[in-house]
This record gives sequence, C-alpha cells and structure tokens, in this order.
Amino acid sequence: MSTGTRPSAEAALPATAPLSSSPAAPAAPVVAEMTPRPFRVVDRVRETPDTWTLRLVPDDGGPTIDAVPGQFTMVYAFGVGEVPVSVSAVPSDGVPLTHTVRAVGAVTEAICAAKPGDVLGVRGPFGRGWPLDQAVGRDVLVIAGGLGLAPLWPVVHALARRDSAGRAAAVLVGGRTPADLPYRDELARLAAQTGLQVLVTVDRADPGWDGRVGVVTALLPDARFDPARTVAFLCGPEVMMRVTAAALTDAGVPAHRVHLSMERNMHCGIGHCGRCQLGPMLLCLHGPVCDYGRLSPLLTIREL
Amino acid sequence: MTSPSPSASSAPLPVPETASSFRVAAVSGMRADHLAALAGCARELSFEPGQVLFREGGVADTLYLIRSGTVALEMFVPARGSISIDTVGAGDLVGWSWLFPPYRLQFDARALTAVTAGAVDAACLRTRMAQDPELAADLLFHLAQVLAGRLSATRMRLLDVYRNPAER
Ligand SMILES: Cc1cc2nc3c(=O)[nH]c(=O)nc-3n(C[C@H](O)[C@H](O)[C@H](O)COP(=O)(O)OP(=O)(O)OC[C@H]3O[C@@H](n4cnc5c(N)ncnc54)[C@H](O)[C@@H]3O)c2cc1C
Repeated sequence: MSTGTRPSAEAALPATAPLSSSPAAPAAPVVAEMTPRPFRVVDRVRETPDTWTLRLVPDDGGPTIDAVPGQFTMVYAFGVGEVPVSVSAVPSDGVPLTHTVRAVGAVTEAICAAKPGDVLGVRGPFGRGWPLDQAVGRDVLVIAGGLGLAPLWPVVHALARRDSAGRAAAVLVGGRTPADLPYRDELARLAAQTGLQVLVTVDRADPGWDGRVGVVTALLPDARFDPARTVAFLCGPEVMMRVTAAALTDAGVPAHRVHLSMERNMHCGIGHCGRCQLGPMLLCLHGPVCDYGRLSPLLTIREL
Repeated sequence: MTSPSPSASSAPLPVPETASSFRVAAVSGMRADHLAALAGCARELSFEPGQVLFREGGVADTLYLIRSGTVALEMFVPARGSISIDTVGAGDLVGWSWLFPPYRLQFDARALTAVTAGAVDAACLRTRMAQDPELAADLLFHLAQVLAGRLSATRMRLLDVYRNPAER
C-alpha cells in the first residue's frame, strides 16, 4: 500500500501559512512516508544528451507505487541524496514506475547514472495530480516546455487513447534545440497515428531542423481549441508557464482551468518541513499541480 | 483561436470581394477601407513546401500576409548551412524591410509547408500610405503590434529558459 497523499484526499488549502505548526499526524504513517523503499532499475533509455528515462520495480516484494499523472515520488540515490521526480508513466499505462530525469546536479546525476540492476530508494506518491476529470467534454491543451513534458507524458498518452472523453486535444511542446526534445520519436508517432494535434517548436534550430522555431506561445494560433471550453495543463520552467498562462487567459481560457505543475524545491514530500512553501501553500501537499487562478497573485512576488 | 483586435472607429465601407482575403489575424483590426486599399495593391500567391519567398540581400518589394501554412525565416551561415531563426504561421505577416530605405531584405524566407499568402506590392502600398495618413497610421499600428510580439518572443528566447542549470 502506498501511503502518499492521493489527489482524492484534496488537502484543504489553509487560509494562512501553516509553517509554524506541524500538522498533527499519527507517527507510524509519517515514518512509512519518510522511509524509502528499494526499487530496482529494470530499464534505462537515453532521451536527450542529459536526460534518461528509468523504469523501476519494487525490490522488497511489495506492490509498486500507484501514482496518478502529475504526482511525484522522492527518489533517493543512496549516499548522495533525495529529490522529487514526477512520474512520467503510470501503472495504467501498463508499465513499471517510470521517471524521466535530467542530470542537473549531484543527485540527479547519480540517478541518471543508475544502470539496470542498480537499486534506488523511492517513497511516495505525493502531491495532487492533474485534474483530468476537467477534460471531460472540453478541449484539452497540453503545453510543455523542455522536460516539463515528463509530468505531462501520462496525460498525453491518456489523450491519445481518448480516455478523457474530451473534445479536441492539442499538445504543444517547446524545447531548447531539436536534440533537447524529449520523447521526440514517440511524439511524431502520436501525431501520425492518433487524433492528437502535436505542435513542436524550438528556441534554436540546427541546420537539419524543418520544424517551427520560436516560443511555445507562438504555437497557440495554430492549436485547435475554443478558449471558453478549454482546460489547459502546463509544465515547464516557471517563466515559460507564467507567460503561457497569461497568454491563455488573455485568449479567454478561464484562469481556474489553467493548471500548472510547480517545481519548487521539496524535501519531505508530506507537508512537514515547509521547504516548498509558496504563499499559503505547501506545494508538496497542495500541489505540485495548482490552478492559475490561485497561483497568479503568487507568481510575480519575487520573495516567494 | 481568435485574437482580440482593436475595433474600427469609422462606419464600415463596402469592401471589395478581394479584401476578404486580408482578414488574416495580424491586420484583421484594420479599417475595412484600409483593408480594401491593401487588397488593391495585392495579388494572391501560393508556395510549395521548400519554395523560397525571398532571399537575403534582395529588394524588399512585398509585404506577405500569410493565409495558410508556415514560413521559416532563415540565414545562411558559412560552414553550418541555412539556420532557421524564426517561423511564422497563418494569420501572421512576413517582411517589413520594404518600409525603410534601402529596402533590402535581411533574411531568407522559405515555405516549410504549402503556403498561401496575400502579397502586397510595397511601392503601391508606400504610395497609398503617403496619400492617406490614416491608412499609414492604421497599418503601422498593426505592424508595430506584430513587431512588439516578435521582439518579446525573441527576448524570451534570449533568456534561454530551457538551459541545463549545470551548464556554466
Ligand atoms: C514536484 C517536482 C517534480 C519534479 N519532477 C522532475 C522530473 O520529472 N524530472 C527531473 O529531471 N526533475 C524533476 N524535478 C526537479 C528535480 O527535483 C531537481 O532537478 C533536483 O532536485 C535537483 O537536485 P540535484 O541534487 O541533482 O541538483 P542541485 O545541485 O540541487 O541543483 C542543480 C541546479 O538545478 C537547479 N534546480 C534544482 N531544482 C530545481 C527545480 N525544481 N527547478 C529548476 N531548477 C532547479 C538548482 O538551482 C541548481 O542550479 C522535479 C521537482 C519537483 C519539485
């Protein structure tokens, strides 16, 4: 059994910052939530020069971690450290626990270096995922910047299978260069073989690139969606999400239907330590997915 | 998606049939009689994927209003080849070097997909703008809006938000 906070738990948003008092919680579940379980790497695929996808199965005889799209786990490279990583595939995709990780520092470098057979510690799942129920009967826009596509990847697959019973679905991806685009082949396959509209752009082209060049918001005029009936899921660098969310609301998408996955630093994953506080929210608990209606006043405050 | 545009202040004038082709987003907020003036200077063109609209160094004699398809703005870099600097899609426009002397094109433009465009003759347009300051102001306002959007987008790209923080 996983002990992480499931989206259905819908932790209520406190009116004031809850930092001074730790939530009273029974000791045993906290210990379980804080204790990494051993997971063995069964597969490792290089997505881009600095990014790998790892598939992990439990090494303690227990069940796998049953996360929903948008949730994250805390992945521990033994002896190095532990970091939050979103799930990039979920059990309903019929695959093991999957994480796509970019090597940016000590811990993520160690995780990316893990080879099949190696063991990592994992605890979770944590946080609130994408509110996919809002896709029913609506146009869906998935907008990703760089590796922000990883937490959205299970959503893209659900849309491709038409699980969500939504209307039109468009996937807009912005990357640094063509070589930095994760899941490039699979995106091309989904564009060719499913009803998904897939639009990709890069900041900087190379001589072979015959696709779009420019910021991800420049793709919006080509995306098929009716703003008033749209739900949007965004993930990427914070600046990219801020600008994109503003463009969407300018176009008429209601702010409360623009959902962002916020990647502030996290430590405990269970709302205990306060590392991931953003205004009145603890992102590990009330996020990482939050709606822009709630976030927009917080995103421009520099001290947060 | 439709973008909001400033509404015309004057009563709409009868618009010739050809002017409907100028209802591309970038200029759709222009006054109907001004759109008709654009149409009066224009012809419809289409380009095959890969076909060149214009080349760097050539005479800037056309404003292209892209009705469908995608155009890449490119520059040839020795030892690297043609590098796409920006792409422009349906509803947008390409080319403003025709506005300022010496009317010289700064980049190559190439159709990435099949492209249809309203091609407005620049000499004709400059003459009309000289005769009609209101037309000039209306068109320049809409061009400035496009340019401001391109400038902020380019600035966003300068931020290089997707770079790996491990890179120095
Ligand atoms: C909810 C959540 C989900 C995440 N999902 C993923 C994922 O699916 N794949 C993935 O590769 N990473 C993901 N991250 C980011 C990942 O946790 C960080 O890259 C990691 O903590 C960096 O640790 P490190 O020791 O390797 O590097 P550090 O030495 O801690 O950091 C290296 C550099 O990266 C910067 N950095 C660290 N964390 C972040 C961040 N969150 N955003 C921007 N810059 C950061 C630091 O400022 C520093 O410059 C997620 C983060 C959160 C909060």
